[in-house]
Amino acid sequence: MLRSRLLENKLSSLYKAGKIVGGVYLGKGQEAVSASLGASLIKGRDIFAALIRDQAGRTAFGEPLIDCTRTYLGSVLGPMKGRDGNIHRGRPLDGMPAMISHLGAEVSVVAGMLVARRLKGELQGVVGATCVGDGATSTGAFHEGLNMAAVENLPMVVIVGNNQFAYSTPTDRQYACEDLVERAKGYGVGGHSVDGTDMLACTKVIGRAVQLAREGGGPQMVVARLLRLTGHGEHDDGSYVPQTLKAGHLGRDCLDVGEAQMVENGYASAEEVERWKTEFADEVQAAVAQAQQEPVPDPWHEVWHACSTQTGRGL
Amino acid sequence: MSVTYVDAIRDAQEKLLRDDPRVFLYGQDISKFGGAFKATKGLAEAFPGRVLDSPISEDAMIGMAVGAAIEGMRPIVEMQFADFSSIAFNQIVNQAATHFYRTGVPVPLTVRLPSGGTPGSGPFHSQSMEALYAHYPGLVVVTPATVSDAYHMLIESVELDDPVVYCEHKFLYRWLKAPRINGDNLPIGRARITRPGKHATVVTYSAMVHEAVRAAERLKEEGSWEIEVVDLRSVKPLDIDTVLASVARTGRLLALGEAFPWGGVTAEVVARVCADGFHLLDAPPKRLNSRDTPVPYHPKLWAAHRPTPESICIALRELLNF
Repeated sequence: MLRSRLLENKLSSLYKAGKIVGGVYLGKGQEAVSASLGASLIKGRDIFAALIRDQAGRTAFGEPLIDCTRTYLGSVLGPMKGRDGNIHRGRPLDGMPAMISHLGAEVSVVAGMLVARRLKGELQGVVGATCVGDGATSTGAFHEGLNMAAVENLPMVVIVGNNQFAYSTPTDRQYACEDLVERAKGYGVGGHSVDGTDMLACTKVIGRAVQLAREGGGPQMVVARLLRLTGHGEHDDGSYVPQTLKAGHLGRDCLDVGEAQMVENGYASAEEVERWKTEFADEVQAAVAQAQQEPVPDPWHEVWHACSTQTGRGL
Repeated sequence: MSVTYVDAIRDAQEKLLRDDPRVFLYGQDISKFGGAFKATKGLAEAFPGRVLDSPISEDAMIGMAVGAAIEGMRPIVEMQFADFSSIAFNQIVNQAATHFYRTGVPVPLTVRLPSGGTPGSGPFHSQSMEALYAHYPGLVVVTPATVSDAYHMLIESVELDDPVVYCEHKFLYRWLKAPRINGDNLPIGRARITRPGKHATVVTYSAMVHEAVRAAERLKEEGSWEIEVVDLRSVKPLDIDTVLASVARTGRLLALGEAFPWGGVTAEVVARVCADGFHLLDAPPKRLNSRDTPVPYHPKLWAAHRPTPESICIALRELLNF
């Protein structure tokens, strides 16, 4: 959580300084949910299709910081080689599929990765997870994918980060049911609710959902209530978010809550937390500095091939 | 004993399932029922667990196939009708087609689209979607017109490391028969001279190959015209070299397709021949497509909506008499 917050603060500065070629989309206020998921998954075994606000989950799942800074800064050494940017990055062969902007689309991709593991006899003990927002729950892709995962009885976890706004559209223009978690039952999927501002609650509820899926309980859906503490992207000041919402319970910063919980429960001392902040800031600085020194793509040396099959037939 | 076009598709899938453990089939009603057109008949019994009924979720079916392909499988997804692939459009053109360029990881999936019209099928069970998919970089789009091509090209499609949109024509399913599947298959990306000629070239694909051959036979009887028919076989990649070589022999071009007239494969063929072979032309090139309306239901309207040997002959006579 802390590492990704520091990284994202730096990305925001770089964006404002005009150093980043595309948009910047931050997970501020959603780190507790995302990191809980990333930390509950096992790198090298599980599948994590991160979405737009999942820097914390990516970091917790083990994605190196340099993947992020390289992609945002357009380094040709990044996983997308400058061909795609920011949050779309992934390492599909390492269980981290690359997202597309059409939300909800990753749900069925994760389902397919799990179906493949089943067909190969490698599904035992594996979990596939993805995150969506309240907006994505309105897409056909989300419903088709979740239903398919349920029909196939896959070990899948779908986290809904209900952050109250899809870009600027509030939830009352997004869905008409009382609580999105009610939908889980309709699909035959385990449903769980959690206060997304509460780090310990997220760790517990999301960890349990992952465990249930891993033990053969079928797909699980976790709906986390929270507030996005930033605009949709750094180009957006989020001025449509009412002050009352920001001042209320949902508006509290999960990072502050998490820090207090760490200290209160004796998981770490205040001094340790402060030391982490310095260490992580140094890590972030190093990752940015490295990516900034690296070459950007050269159109003259770009391999302009959309297909992998390159033959004399012009494929 | 003869083999129909749909038998060839079924047999190719059987061979693929038998030879390659990475292959599996996913689609609506394809397991015990054998598919709406019986293209998977008996395969669920022969290959338990590898021929799976999907929910009616075209978007999720292709998303699933992308995920499975990333993980090293070779999924074949049957769309019940090509028309329904519009629901899966996003997953095909944004997810599957962009994946290799973005990540360097290929997506070897095959989507079977039962395409084109048959009498009484109407607007939502008759469409030819090949040009839509060919427009997007990252997809291979094949359109077999013969029994042997249906067989060999499906096998090659699944063997290719890239996403392939395999457009099979419903009209040919049972109407088209061959004594056997022959071995003189060409690779995807190579067109075939179906019928040699010297007075005009018809460039076409899929079911229209057969209508073009009929028209060519009539014109031979009528006036000893020798019409060359080129079967593109795959519309992407498009074998423009074979097309240009044919036009060089005949000097006249008719681009023929069953899809709607605006843009599309015939427009692409004409544009490329004009750009790269203008000097070869003795007459302005012509295009002939279906009419610019949704595909009608009644067989009489349907038969007049798509190009027929009569309308092809009219177009060719105009071309020959220019």
